Amino acid sequence: MVIETRVDERTVRAALADVPDPELPVASVVDIGIVHRVEVTNEAIRVELLPTFVGCPALDVIRSAVHDRLAVFDRPVEVAFTFAVPWSSDRISPAGLDRLRSAGIAPPVGPGGSPACPWCGSADVALDNLFGATQCRSLHFCRSCRQPFEGLKAI
Amino acid sequence: MTAAADLLPATRNALSLLLLSMADDEFVIGFSDSEWTGIAPLLEEDVAMSSIAQDEIGHARALYELLADVVADGRDADAWAYDRPPDGYYHARLLDHPRGDWADTIVRRYLYDTADAVRLDALAGSSFAPLRDLVGKLRREERYHLMHVEAWFERLARGGAEPRRRLLDALQRLGPDAGTVLTPLPTELALDMAGILAAPFPELEARWRASLAAAFGHLDLPPLPPTRDPGTARTTHSDAFRRLHEEFTLVRRIDPEATW
Repeated sequence: MVIETRVDERTVRAALADVPDPELPVASVVDIGIVHRVEVTNEAIRVELLPTFVGCPALDVIRSAVHDRLAVFDRPVEVAFTFAVPWSSDRISPAGLDRLRSAGIAPPVGPGGSPACPWCGSADVALDNLFGATQCRSLHFCRSCRQPFEGLKAI
Repeated sequence: MTAAADLLPATRNALSLLLLSMADDEFVIGFSDSEWTGIAPLLEEDVAMSSIAQDEIGHARALYELLADVVADGRDADAWAYDRPPDGYYHARLLDHPRGDWADTIVRRYLYDTADAVRLDALAGSSFAPLRDLVGKLRREERYHLMHVEAWFERLARGGAEPRRRLLDALQRLGPDAGTVLTPLPTELALDMAGILAAPFPELEARWRASLAAAFGHLDLPPLPPTRDPGTARTTHSDAFRRLHEEFTLVRRIDPEATW
């Protein structure tokens, strides 16, 4: 393993941009907007993350992936989750939304609204189920290209 | 107040009881609803009910973690969730009924979710910051549960002879216990005084009953009866709950060190 000698908030955030979200692996934890605070001191690197859902079962996986990725800095890493700022789907970056769309996952729209089909762009879509394969996703069907697709819940 | 250590003893006791009641409510309804996984009447509902149950168990975990911080007696969230005898649980009697049929499940969820929404609204400006932050997050998720269950409640009420009959039967079974979610806690005065809860429970219950009366009138359903035996709203548990407890503590009893 190569030890990185330069450690500051910017290099830590850049490293976190390589950590995929376990349930939406085309996007990183930075794209999804769950990285809240990054603090680097001589003693430790502290990272505060915002759970997308309170009961997200992927939290332990995310914690250990962050630990593994930051090991290159050769400094103790502390990962904490906080609700002090509620994660919202508005925190997903434009690049993150593009990556999700390319994987067939439509961007979040509020309850009652309907997303455009991520495959063909049509607005002629139906909501099949508010609830999907993970807590953060819902199920839709495109009447134009006749393909099912997933959408992120607006939270 | 941002930390459990800042709380006065009477406030700490009252807050503990509130957190315990909320955590147990979410835990028990989450477990009951997870019994539909694999056998719900429609595939979409299998996914939806499983996802909702997963949300509720997650909410329970976060509430038990907060409770563990406030009580600070060495017990962690798992110990609170799994290591009490059935009589040590403090969920509302509404959640003590057997799973029943789909109408029972929808009616139980409808009555619980609407009451819980009123309770969460009253905690959104709580003086205890860790609870206020968590509640802010819970409300964003619960509104999806409400949308889901309101649609089903209306579908059964307007769905013709059999769905409506089953809905009415379920309301008859569960209605007298519906108010137990908002029955006052014995320590509620301390919650009001510390600014943890925005309004006393009787006021919250009146607010909830008024909104339900409007919805029931709209669907031509009989009004909800008053709460049966409110003095034991959270303290006596049914054989159905004892069976559920037997099941959800099974892994913990076989292997207390097990992790997922």
